[in-house]
Amino acid sequence: MTKSSFTNVQSEYLAVIDHAKCIRCKRCIQNCGWGTYSFGGDKIIADHSKCVACGRCYTYCPEGAISILKNPTVMRENGNWQDYHIKNIWRQSETGGIAISGMGTPLKYKKYFDHILLDACQVTNPPIDPLREPMELKTFLGKKPSKIELDFNEDGQPVLKNKMPPQIELATPFMFAPMSYGSISLNAQKAMALAARALGIVMNIGEGGLHDELVPFGKNIIVQVASGRFGVNRDYLNSGAAVEIKIGQGAKPGIGGHLPGEKIGADISRTRMIPAGTDAISPAPHHDIYSIEDLRQLIYAIKEAVNYEKPVSVKVAAVHNIAAIVSGVVRAGADIVYIDGFSGGTGAAPTIVRDNVGIPIEIALAQVDQRLREEGIRNEASLIAAGSIRSSADAVKAIALGADAVAIGTAALITMGCHVCGKCHTGNCSWGITTQRPELTRRLDPEEYGEKLYNLINAWSHEMKEVLGAMGVNSIESLRGSKERLRGIELTDSELKALGIKHAGM
Amino acid sequence: MTTDGNTKTGGMISGSMLAIDAKDMHYKELNKIIRESILSGVKNILLENVNGQYYIGDGIKGDDITITVNGVPGNDLGVFMDGPSIIVNNNVQDNIGNTMNAGKITVNGDAGDVIGYGMRGGRIYIRGNAGYRIGIHMKGYNEQIPVIIIGGKVGSFFGEYMAGGVMVLLSLDNSEESVGEYFGVGMHGGAIYMKQKIDFSKYSKEVEFLEANDSDMSFLKKYLSEYAKDFNLSSEDLIKGPFYKIIPSSARPYAHLYTSAAF
Repeated sequence: MTKSSFTNVQSEYLAVIDHAKCIRCKRCIQNCGWGTYSFGGDKIIADHSKCVACGRCYTYCPEGAISILKNPTVMRENGNWQDYHIKNIWRQSETGGIAISGMGTPLKYKKYFDHILLDACQVTNPPIDPLREPMELKTFLGKKPSKIELDFNEDGQPVLKNKMPPQIELATPFMFAPMSYGSISLNAQKAMALAARALGIVMNIGEGGLHDELVPFGKNIIVQVASGRFGVNRDYLNSGAAVEIKIGQGAKPGIGGHLPGEKIGADISRTRMIPAGTDAISPAPHHDIYSIEDLRQLIYAIKEAVNYEKPVSVKVAAVHNIAAIVSGVVRAGADIVYIDGFSGGTGAAPTIVRDNVGIPIEIALAQVDQRLREEGIRNEASLIAAGSIRSSADAVKAIALGADAVAIGTAALITMGCHVCGKCHTGNCSWGITTQRPELTRRLDPEEYGEKLYNLINAWSHEMKEVLGAMGVNSIESLRGSKERLRGIELTDSELKALGIKHAGM
Repeated sequence: MTTDGNTKTGGMISGSMLAIDAKDMHYKELNKIIRESILSGVKNILLENVNGQYYIGDGIKGDDITITVNGVPGNDLGVFMDGPSIIVNNNVQDNIGNTMNAGKITVNGDAGDVIGYGMRGGRIYIRGNAGYRIGIHMKGYNEQIPVIIIGGKVGSFFGEYMAGGVMVLLSLDNSEESVGEYFGVGMHGGAIYMKQKIDFSKYSKEVEFLEANDSDMSFLKKYLSEYAKDFNLSSEDLIKGPFYKIIPSSARPYAHLYTSAAF
């Protein structure tokens, strides 16, 4: 078919330059990864159709001469036919393609964290001041013994008789969520590795293999085995603090990984061992896992390869029957289960899946914690919650709903400059995060952003201590799964039941 | 346990040769002995009475190590293996050579499903037939080329998602068509060679079927000669053409499938 020179797909944003302020330094041309700006002989010209409102140009314009505006040309308002329905129809009718997006869903689904309130002490039990009294955030992830067995030494002191299974030690119950080299740049991974080391936590390198430059950060790294098996070998399995089998991802439950060919340059081709320019495809299932028994087989293949010295984590997406699934995963031998909720982020996913498949992390977590307790196997594995943890408040609520720790992905990217434009799959990220173009990746200074990540997690940890103190507990462990400290507002009886919490006032 | 003919019981044995009677032994115990004996310098291990034990050779390293298996090993034989050779004088089950990095597995019999999944290097030679999903998502980079040679026929999804490496299907003693359904679907790298000329029109549209040329044959000769030697076959007969070559028609078979969403 011949292509019409006219298109209904209009500019989302307008890049407006105040030519009176502009000194023609051309920094905007350099900074924009999208090619929005060019020099027209005597002034900067903007091609609005390319702008995604990533914010890079106005952040780095020395004169404050750039404004990014939402295109004021209105589409006729319609409560049913939303802008995005109409725009996707136009795009898809021009290309015939599956609509693909980055980041978590931008649609306004109910966010349960925003309908949960925390408890605090008044009169009858004293709150604790965390600035002047000890407050423990240290968290160990891994299988715990079902009972404590003690021996006594010659001084009559108790000595733990149990042999503890391998654990990951976190100084604070946060970790950086899996994001692969390929989906994000090496510098972005390095920033997280530096922060993880300084904070005493871990980052997860995702499924793209371990770059040589990250090898020294092994103690603060979780390595991942996904269905594409990129970069996986015995040394890889032994190079981190733990190994994670990726079954699913909150942004795209039930489908595999897809790293578009635009992002597969020479170095990614080498680390993933696939042709340059090809799409890196991770099959929807691991083809050696079609059942819980098969999952057990891979978990123990890994445990054998690491001589039972590292915990094995299994990452699953929160789907309708998540409680039964996680019970099976724990019984298959997982030491840690990472549950990724609906609205979790992605480097690339079909929009229909990102926006419509899965269940919220809050409900998944409450159901899983309850089920594992009922079955008497909650101690067999630690739970990590993820899927858009936006603040320390979300993290505290997740832990009270049953998580041992939370993982942050998008929040870490926002720390590195991300404006959540959702175009990660294009490889044009102006902030040097979700791109492999060297002129863009080199602008992301791992030291600088590593420090900002350190600041963020430190700030969130302090906030966590504040609310723990207010609730009168002095360790994060005391809050885990303590749904009694949560109350719901504006929730139906079914929602309260699913979350396992009471309504405010009850 | 015997070493160099001298019977010993218990404890680890240093020296270069170790025989283990695997009868009624759990895989965990068996693999622990294998790992520890390799650490203590054993180079040749003979496993007797193997009966379905999982993970034999899991993650072991060292180019000069050989494990000979008498009996049928269980799933995931040679998973994550990095250098050693495993010779099986019988059939094998599923997932052998899973994510293997280097080394060699020789099977004097048939193999189950999902052989060489995500394989990154080394060789798997199977004398008989193999099941479904052989060599899926095999990889390769520059000189690191994994090779799988199968003497008989294979099941469906042969070479699915294949991203690199080489597979050879010899169709020995086999007059009927040696491949199942969905041959080479999603293949985007590497090459498959076949001795049988098949009507390729009913298989994947994402690959091309060509006659192997001289440079293909000089590459194959090295591996086919070794295969012939391992299984006491005539090297001349094996190498005699013509061979047919299946390669992906595009490195991006699915590029046209996607369009950037509005948000």
